[in-house]
Amino acid sequence: MASLQSLAIAARSATTTASPSIRQSPPIAKLIDESKCIGCKACQVACMNWNDLRDEVGHNDGVYDNPRDLTPASWTVMKFFEVEPKQGSLEWLIRKDGCMHCEDPGCLKACPSPGAIVKYANGIVDFISENCIGCGYCVKGCPFDVPRISEADNKAYKCTLCSDRVSVGLEPACVKTCPTGAIGYGTKADMVAYAEKRVGELKERGFQNAGLYNPQGVGGTHVMYVLKHADRPELEDLPKDPTISPMVSLWKGIAKPLAVAGMVGAAVVGFFHYMKVGPVEEVANADDVPDPPGLPGNGTTRPVSNDQGNRHG
Amino acid sequence: MTNSWTDIRNTDLVLIMGGNAAEAHPCGFKWVTEAMQHRKAKLVVVDPRFTRSAAVADTYAPIRVGTDIAFLGGVINYLLSKDAIHHDYVKANTDASFLVKEGFAYDNGFFTGYNEATRSYNKASWGYQMGDDGFIKVDPTLQDPQCVFQQLKKHYSRYTPELVSRITGTPQDQFLKVAEMIASTAKADRVMTIMYALGWTQHSVGSQNIRTMAMIQLLLGNMGRPGGGVNALRGHANVQGITDMNAYTEVLSGYMLAPLDADIDRATYLAARTPKALRPNQMNFPQNFPKWHTSLMKAYYGKAASAENDFRYDWLPRRDRQYDVLTMFDMMFNGQMHGFLCQGFNPLAAVPNKAKLTVGLSKLKFLVVMDPLESETSEFWKNFGPLNDVDPKSIRTEVFRLPTTCVAEETGSFTNSSRVISWKEKAVDPPGESKPDSEIMARLFMKLRGLYAKNGGTMAEPVAALHWPYVRPEVPSSQELLREINGYAVTDVLAPADPKNPDAPRAVLVKAGEQMPNFALLQADGSTACGNWIYAGCWTQAGNMTARRDTSDPTGLGVYPNWGFAWPANRRILYNRASADASGKPWNPAQPYLVWNGSAWGGADIPDMRPNAKPEEGVGAFIMNPEGVARLHAVGMAEGPFPEHYEPFESPIGVNLMCPNNPKAVSNPAARVFKDDWASLGKKDKFPYAATTYRLTEHQHFWTKHSRSNAVVQPAPFVEIGEELAKEKGIRHGDMVRVRSNRGQVVAACVVTKRIKALMVDGKPIHHVGIPIHWGFKGVTQNGYLANALTPFLGDANSQTPEFKAFLVDIEKA
Repeated sequence: MASLQSLAIAARSATTTASPSIRQSPPIAKLIDESKCIGCKACQVACMNWNDLRDEVGHNDGVYDNPRDLTPASWTVMKFFEVEPKQGSLEWLIRKDGCMHCEDPGCLKACPSPGAIVKYANGIVDFISENCIGCGYCVKGCPFDVPRISEADNKAYKCTLCSDRVSVGLEPACVKTCPTGAIGYGTKADMVAYAEKRVGELKERGFQNAGLYNPQGVGGTHVMYVLKHADRPELEDLPKDPTISPMVSLWKGIAKPLAVAGMVGAAVVGFFHYMKVGPVEEVANADDVPDPPGLPGNGTTRPVSNDQGNRHG
Repeated sequence: MTNSWTDIRNTDLVLIMGGNAAEAHPCGFKWVTEAMQHRKAKLVVVDPRFTRSAAVADTYAPIRVGTDIAFLGGVINYLLSKDAIHHDYVKANTDASFLVKEGFAYDNGFFTGYNEATRSYNKASWGYQMGDDGFIKVDPTLQDPQCVFQQLKKHYSRYTPELVSRITGTPQDQFLKVAEMIASTAKADRVMTIMYALGWTQHSVGSQNIRTMAMIQLLLGNMGRPGGGVNALRGHANVQGITDMNAYTEVLSGYMLAPLDADIDRATYLAARTPKALRPNQMNFPQNFPKWHTSLMKAYYGKAASAENDFRYDWLPRRDRQYDVLTMFDMMFNGQMHGFLCQGFNPLAAVPNKAKLTVGLSKLKFLVVMDPLESETSEFWKNFGPLNDVDPKSIRTEVFRLPTTCVAEETGSFTNSSRVISWKEKAVDPPGESKPDSEIMARLFMKLRGLYAKNGGTMAEPVAALHWPYVRPEVPSSQELLREINGYAVTDVLAPADPKNPDAPRAVLVKAGEQMPNFALLQADGSTACGNWIYAGCWTQAGNMTARRDTSDPTGLGVYPNWGFAWPANRRILYNRASADASGKPWNPAQPYLVWNGSAWGGADIPDMRPNAKPEEGVGAFIMNPEGVARLHAVGMAEGPFPEHYEPFESPIGVNLMCPNNPKAVSNPAARVFKDDWASLGKKDKFPYAATTYRLTEHQHFWTKHSRSNAVVQPAPFVEIGEELAKEKGIRHGDMVRVRSNRGQVVAACVVTKRIKALMVDGKPIHHVGIPIHWGFKGVTQNGYLANALTPFLGDANSQTPEFKAFLVDIEKA
């Protein structure tokens, strides 16, 4: 999503100044009830229509999944899994894949570009495309492999949870279109409560390991699943206990403050150098972006500013 | 549907068989999820493939294509042998106690009266014994060996679980589990709904597939009740409306059987279709046939139709033979048809055996295609490489394409599966020169009428006399048309004369020119006109009932009485009298639908019963049958009064295990096969695999391949096979494969799946090949072969619906 004026922003990537937060907004969530999903892909079509995106017309690779995976123009796709959790008991699990909108978003934490990723007070994690520099750190930071970089404009894209619709009181497009009521939407508290009810109903129906997927390793998510086999999310290509890559944590938690300290030191040295020698070049007022270990980058070091963006570290 | 989409939420058990509601009817499927969550309903899916419906089901059982009657016959045997039937319901609402003629029998594949030369039955030995009083003889104790109940027991006792499993390939334990779940709804406080679609109709035994299920629902006491019924899920948005309005040759509007050659005059025609009650006190509603038919003739011909000229019955075409879709294309194939007006129809993709169709279309002098999209039919003459390998130079057919509007580009009505007629307004202007179908037809008619007036011609009189009252004769509005369909009084409709005072002035019930309030006031004397009697009431003096959008549901039973208009009479559940017992109390007090309040019938819905018919009068709930009850023994069926299993015409086992030593009853002995088509049928030695065609949720027939959104989510043709067959053939995920039948081939990507398993049929593994249909050589999806290159040119013995669902193929890596 391109920039959106908001008075309820909880966090912005690589930004030092306080975020606008005067407006109160309860955390919201989307709940995907796998037991009611028939894989009709109406949500995919609603997503592409609302966002006015049309992916390429592909081919059939021997599966029902189309497009095969998330792309810069397909922000949600249905993934089909033929599994036999018990010998001889075939199940066709169908999972709507897309951004999980983590409470503790690895993408935002990894993002070096100021304000390219924001987290609203309602929990939506949104990419502000004009601020995106296409570095791909968000891809590495995401424990769910969601963001995709477009080859056309070198920007990262993913599900916005219809932040534009939600901000004016509408439900996300996929929720609106789902014919079977498999996708619910409301406050996170309501969705968790409803999910617990559904889990109880599924257990009654024989799914002893039904449960809510709201992984705490990323602080919980604002897109949650009711899974028939919550004990084995890997059946559907979901990480059992997702966490932000330790590399991102290491960078934001330890390496970056150290680097900042180093650079503040360098600035101090520079200041005395300036006092002593006088100006030699103009210093840009830009954020510092050191290379996080293990991540690609251009390796250049620029003058530092006071970075408070590490509060999630 | 006998019930409605919204009624499904009232059920305790959903059976999906002969359909795949989650795939093909995802919006309606919401009512299944409602029932599952809020009523704890169970969902059972029986299908050759583990479908999207099966993905959310409680129980799934596989079945070989084309063996549904064996499965359901086994269920009937299970119900009868376990005594799991709703006795009081069966007694009150079926012909179980009726005595069948002494000569009636079934033996080794044939019922009595079979004529091998004509492939048809003389039905003289079928049917009920008549008493001297003119009524059917009955045995209320159900003990007489000739009573329908005993005959039914005898017939289906042969369908043992062991034999059912040998035929269907359904493992016996899974069959028994499904049968047990179905049987659980024999209790008065439980009810089952069945949702089916083309998976039952598109067989050479299609009508009997559905009948077998209807019989089960009757034995269980599930007809006419909320959450019950036999529910046909219609495909196109308005295909229900098309059938209601007689867009085929067998019937006139409102399911009135069309005249045959033998119906030499109006009196003969009406007498043959106006029955007398066959049991005492029955409503025998078809006794009103002359009123419906006369009103239709008045709508057709206006003032030109009068009592003096027999309402111009002589202007109606009388059929000398069947003119169903297969006959049309067979005539075309044989050079007996010169022009073809093809409206809203893509037969090259939608009628079986593309090779035969292409020959037929090539013999036409002219073909007119009316369609909003470029259809394959309109380009049948063009070479698209292997997808349509024809030589345009050798085809002389002149093709005209008349672009029509799409649904959102015109105002009008839709009739959905629930029989609810809904009005809709035009949303956008149509592109270019496209016009609504009604306008194109009207312009064509006005032009022809002008030519007839000028030059004369065969039967010029009815063309000149056709009642054409529209303000703009070349552009009839949908409003004008629906008002005419509803019907109006031509002259004042008067109350019946008072027998005590016959000379007294009669009250005016409907003034001349006013819209008819319902079909009950239609007249046989020419004072009323009505374009379709079952739609009467949809546009009354109070206005357009189909435009109502009131979402209130006073009883909470999903009736929504003021949303649109449901035919007939705004009734949402047909046969709803059967929701109450003989004394008029609901079978299930927790779900009361219709009740007798001591002086009248009332409740959630419009009663399907004379409102003041006291329960003790014994007026049956099935008012359209002259016997007042539903038929377990039905003489109207072409291949027998009891459904019997017959193999598909292309059978992977080549034998009917119900009568293994009768080679003439392997497949439906009463189904019509055209002379040239026997040779086009394949045998299991060359084509060993059972194939079936079907739809995918991402597409709507052959239309949405023109839509980019749909193309993105299901872009390219494929076929599906199970892992065992794939291994045998060395086929891997996504490999291109060639599927051949004795009529043609398709090449497509292969989906190798766990969801299709080999079934053990008579001790041998049978593999299925699944073929989705949506691709062709026009549109924005990847191009593909039309699946109809493979399918056989024959159909159901009653409806002639083609056997798209069961035929034989071979498959290899391409």
